[in-house]
Amino acid sequence: MALALEGSQAMARAVALCRPQVVAAYPITPQTHIVEGIAKLVADGRLDCEMVSVESEHSAATVALGAALAGSRAYTASSSQGILLMSEVIFNIAGLRVPLVMTCANRALGAPLSIWNDQQDSMAVRDAGWIQIYCATNQEAVDTTIQAFRIAERCELPVMVCVDGFTLTHTLEGLEMPTQEQVDTYLPAYRYARALDPAAPISVGMLVTPEHFSEVRHAHHQAVLRALPEIEAADADYAALTGRAAGGLLEVRGDASARIGILAIGSVLGTLEDAMLSQPDLPRTRLIKLRSFRPFPAEALRRACEGLDHLIILERAISPGAGAILGPEVVMALVDGGTLPKVHDVAAGLGGRDMRIDLYRRLLALTESDPKPFHVIDARLEQLPEEDR
Amino acid sequence: MNDSVIHDLRNHQPRFRGLEAGHRACQGCGEALAARLVTESAGPDVMVANATGCLEVFTTPWPESAWRMPWAHSVFGNAAALAAGMEAALKRQGKSTKVLAFAGDGGTFDIGFQALSGMMERGHNVLFVCYDNEAYMNTGVQRSGSTPHAASTTTSPPGKARMGKRHLKKDILSIIAAHHIPYAATASVAYPSDLRKKVRRAMAVEGPTFLQVHTPCPLGWGHDSGLTVEVARLAVQTGLFPLIEMERGGVAGVMPIREIRPVTAYLKAQNRFRHLFADEARAREELEHLQALADHNIEVYGLRGEHVDRYDTEGADTLHRGGARWA
Repeated sequence: MALALEGSQAMARAVALCRPQVVAAYPITPQTHIVEGIAKLVADGRLDCEMVSVESEHSAATVALGAALAGSRAYTASSSQGILLMSEVIFNIAGLRVPLVMTCANRALGAPLSIWNDQQDSMAVRDAGWIQIYCATNQEAVDTTIQAFRIAERCELPVMVCVDGFTLTHTLEGLEMPTQEQVDTYLPAYRYARALDPAAPISVGMLVTPEHFSEVRHAHHQAVLRALPEIEAADADYAALTGRAAGGLLEVRGDASARIGILAIGSVLGTLEDAMLSQPDLPRTRLIKLRSFRPFPAEALRRACEGLDHLIILERAISPGAGAILGPEVVMALVDGGTLPKVHDVAAGLGGRDMRIDLYRRLLALTESDPKPFHVIDARLEQLPEEDR
Repeated sequence: MNDSVIHDLRNHQPRFRGLEAGHRACQGCGEALAARLVTESAGPDVMVANATGCLEVFTTPWPESAWRMPWAHSVFGNAAALAAGMEAALKRQGKSTKVLAFAGDGGTFDIGFQALSGMMERGHNVLFVCYDNEAYMNTGVQRSGSTPHAASTTTSPPGKARMGKRHLKKDILSIIAAHHIPYAATASVAYPSDLRKKVRRAMAVEGPTFLQVHTPCPLGWGHDSGLTVEVARLAVQTGLFPLIEMERGGVAGVMPIREIRPVTAYLKAQNRFRHLFADEARAREELEHLQALADHNIEVYGLRGEHVDRYDTEGADTLHRGGARWA
């Protein structure tokens, strides 16, 4: 039976279904409703866990880390400035190869201050060594949250579930929640192999000299790459149990035979799909929803882009001075495959700039000329001084 | 029973060793000595969250570790939060393992302070031990919030315009006490039985406890490696580092000083205060300033013992019996 739930409430319930033993969080918009939901479940006796309301995001990530090291299933959630404040610990958790799950309610980074959605925050920590999975709908957010614990525990790596702030977190959506029995079957009680134990003491987080450091980093890279089949398997097994898949590594929607592709991550895919379906006068396209950003599914991406004349990449964050973040990685994957469509790389929807149905038409218009350098497609350049245009 | 028999008996006494020999601390490291004493008294059913710093580095150069207890290091400023996470997990698992957090003064007074305050406010069952060597020793002796007034460090050097650190040593114990935690105390490597007693007391408390252990650093303080204990003892005997216990924010006990020494006895033993002994007015002024700080501690905490008693087992002068050089 479909429930009408706000995204954050649905995610809170999904977390609770996973029976975390420790949840640590510090409030930040737009993540707040998720941890408020969890706190209420704990207060009502519907979730038996230690809810640690910490004094900063640095401590939120650290408490989750400490709990996981001590052998408990741990969860935290944050956003934006919070992700940056805990970024030191985010890298540390990954380096220690500790399984835990964090929801990132994607939001812009200041300055200028913005509480609204883009994906600059999770992109800022893309190199931390976490698995990063992006959700396009709240149903995906629920299903991915549950899958994330399994992926984290099987890969002994932390997983960041990225959901667009407000667009998903604060939006009511009709969705299906799995039952507790289904989740218990899917996600059995877990024992972290390197959990700290006075009966068998180990040391974790040691000093590594140049003699060994390169090998550690290489091994970390390989470990994240090895998560590719685990992410697919987690989704396949989840689909077998619930009848619902969340999109594996990536999902091709729209017209799979179209010669124009649009690649994006997150909830904007819904807007683009709606735009395509509601404007039959416009060409149908191949909509490529990249779900797993780390590990980067190069092989799956090559298959998804086969036969494309044009690939439009829609970014939700930028790297000032370079421009695109996603684009170069996509192009590198396609170059390795030997064929390269014309790539049109733009950003849109920064800091909550509304992305409307007409975005689809504007993106398609890019294919009418040769690719231009990366630019922010919905920036109103006339508002800027001449030198900034 | 002669001395060698006692020595042998001591060595055969079953004793938990949380920190093994063979680590890479400098000769005369006060922090290594304190960590050994703390873990002996606390272990073995413990779990340690260790901040970045000397203790972390000299005990765990991969693939070697000197720890015989479960031990984790995350980053510099989060030892208290890491310990809080461990404690929350163990509580949920129904285990009684006590969590210890270890940090230097940087990881306590400065970068780790916010996490420490939060951990205490939330009432986690954690013993936080600050190994206070009064500067950032691991990075090469830079001043911290714990560095005493007028001390020379690489970032508070004396010169024409400066007489070492311009600011006061942060009164961390009072700040900790203001959290009204069940137990907080200062201790010193010069008084091992007192230190052990305080560790055992903290271990018995359910809730956050705090121990600040004064641990001389021969390299950073500029004294002979063999004088660590003597220098630490002088800090206590001069009143510059009072040994006190606090319960729920109130003073619950002090170690009396029967024979109060002038601060110059402590300062002249260390190169970090050498500039205070130049024949100039501003040096004399700083010496007076430091003496006033010691006098203030003595008055505020009532450290003055009633009469000289060299055989007093609870006083700061007890170890005179050991024939120490500075006695």
